[in-house]
Amino acid sequence: MRRRFHPAEAGMRIAFLLCGLVAIAFVLVITLYLILAGLPGFGHIGFWDFLLGRVWDPAAGRFGILPFLLASLYGAAGAILLGAPVGLLCAVFLAKLAPPRLAAVLRPAVEVLAGIPSVVYGLVGMLVLVPAVRRWFRLPDGASLFAAIVVLAVMLLPSVIRVAETALRAVPPEYEAASLALGATEIETVFRVSLPAASSGVAAAVILGVGRALGEAMAVLMVAGNGANMPGLFRSVRFLTTAVAGEMAYAAGLQREALFSIALVLFVFILLINGALAALLKGR
Amino acid sequence: MRRILSLLLCLLALSACASGGGAGVVNTNGSTSMERVVGALIEAYGMEHTGVTINYSGTGSSAGIQGVLEGMCDIGLSSRALRPEEEDQGARARLLALDALAVLVHPDNPVETLRVEELAALASGQVSGWGQVGGVQAPVAFIGREAGSGTRTAFEEVLGLEGACAYTNELTSTGDVIANVSSNPNAIGYASLAAVGEGVKVLAIDGVHPSEEAIQAGEYPICRSFYLVTAGEEGLSPAARDFLDYAQGPGAEPYLRAAGAVPPARSASGREGYP
Repeated sequence: MRRRFHPAEAGMRIAFLLCGLVAIAFVLVITLYLILAGLPGFGHIGFWDFLLGRVWDPAAGRFGILPFLLASLYGAAGAILLGAPVGLLCAVFLAKLAPPRLAAVLRPAVEVLAGIPSVVYGLVGMLVLVPAVRRWFRLPDGASLFAAIVVLAVMLLPSVIRVAETALRAVPPEYEAASLALGATEIETVFRVSLPAASSGVAAAVILGVGRALGEAMAVLMVAGNGANMPGLFRSVRFLTTAVAGEMAYAAGLQREALFSIALVLFVFILLINGALAALLKGR
Repeated sequence: MRRILSLLLCLLALSACASGGGAGVVNTNGSTSMERVVGALIEAYGMEHTGVTINYSGTGSSAGIQGVLEGMCDIGLSSRALRPEEEDQGARARLLALDALAVLVHPDNPVETLRVEELAALASGQVSGWGQVGGVQAPVAFIGREAGSGTRTAFEEVLGLEGACAYTNELTSTGDVIANVSSNPNAIGYASLAAVGEGVKVLAIDGVHPSEEAIQAGEYPICRSFYLVTAGEEGLSPAARDFLDYAQGPGAEPYLRAAGAVPPARSASGREGYP
């Protein structure tokens, strides 16, 4: 059977193709630009001196980003440790346990949390959380890795909850019914059957959270203190993102190249995370 | 035909008048900390004088002075006084404005005044408790701006602490610094005087409060001067000379203030050209 040629069909097909290509074009342009702008810095500073240098002092010509690397990694890890359990249990509650009317209130609340601009998280963190951290732990100043971890943990909740809830809902009801029929309680069923059955989706939720925490700049800039120190839980720290955001406005010459190199490192991190995410979702 | 010609001549004369007679290009080059002040002046000057283009490039005070001496630009911008060897080579400076920084603490902090040495010791981390400078027993959180900021450069230069300050918290805007200091009783920070508002206490330094009069009289110590540098003024183009006079005239003062600087005091005989 031959299909007839429809001009409108063909036109729309091309329009869809172009829109799809726009996204790819932007990814390609940004990748290419970051690589071109970021590589010279590596060359001039030295690959290992740059990645493993412990001192960042542009005025003295020292560009070591180990403090930023570790701060970003610790920050993301801490935020996940704090935020992922809460997010996962919230997703379980929404998907399996909550009475429908309560869930109808909770779900939009999570959506709102996702919609709050990061500068607002930063502002509330700076004016409420940072002074509170100072008082709780008797510090000179509350702006620290710990404050950043708490803010990031809250910020990554919505993405973790959303993905994990979708995964939990996709678990075939027969599994749970069988578990209940064998005499398991509801909670046992959730932990022994539903969560393991949704494990790849749950892992995807956690990885998405890590990506969110690594990439956040604005809120971190306002609560982390931004000192170029080797990270400590209650020390002023600078993340990869905030190192770029904080100095880009003034940087020139080698410092500017170094900032682009930091952006490239961050980009590679995010690519790795997206790669892991894609692999997980494919394996499901 | 004659009428058309005379009309054209009239138009030509008019357009020459409109450009103020000082048409041309003025290149300024130098201190990056002066970017805001000079930018405001260029914008204000441009509104009143069409046909003159004034360029700014930020290369640092020394590079600006060197540029003027080598004839690479018309006016050098310097945020430090000329060195004797620069004056020997013919560089001349006009005082444009004063750049003072307010030192801020939380309103609950009982400290009212600090000596310059105490401030330097606090900033460099040698003194880590408020008790050592007449305050309550509490740790000090020193809050400042990010590396590269003109405000930070000015503060560290005046105290002789370039790159030696021990910051607890580095923030990227004056507003963030003020918000942080106003929410932390342990904090001490600095900000451009023009930006200081409610919620923080401005300290006196060496007993002097940063009022405009005290800054103009040279009594307030956390202050540096912005200079316009030329290689002697005989060789200046009319446009450059006109811009120099404008920058030091009374019309420019509101723009200097808006950019966070303090215009120098006017003596009865007008402002002295060479401080």
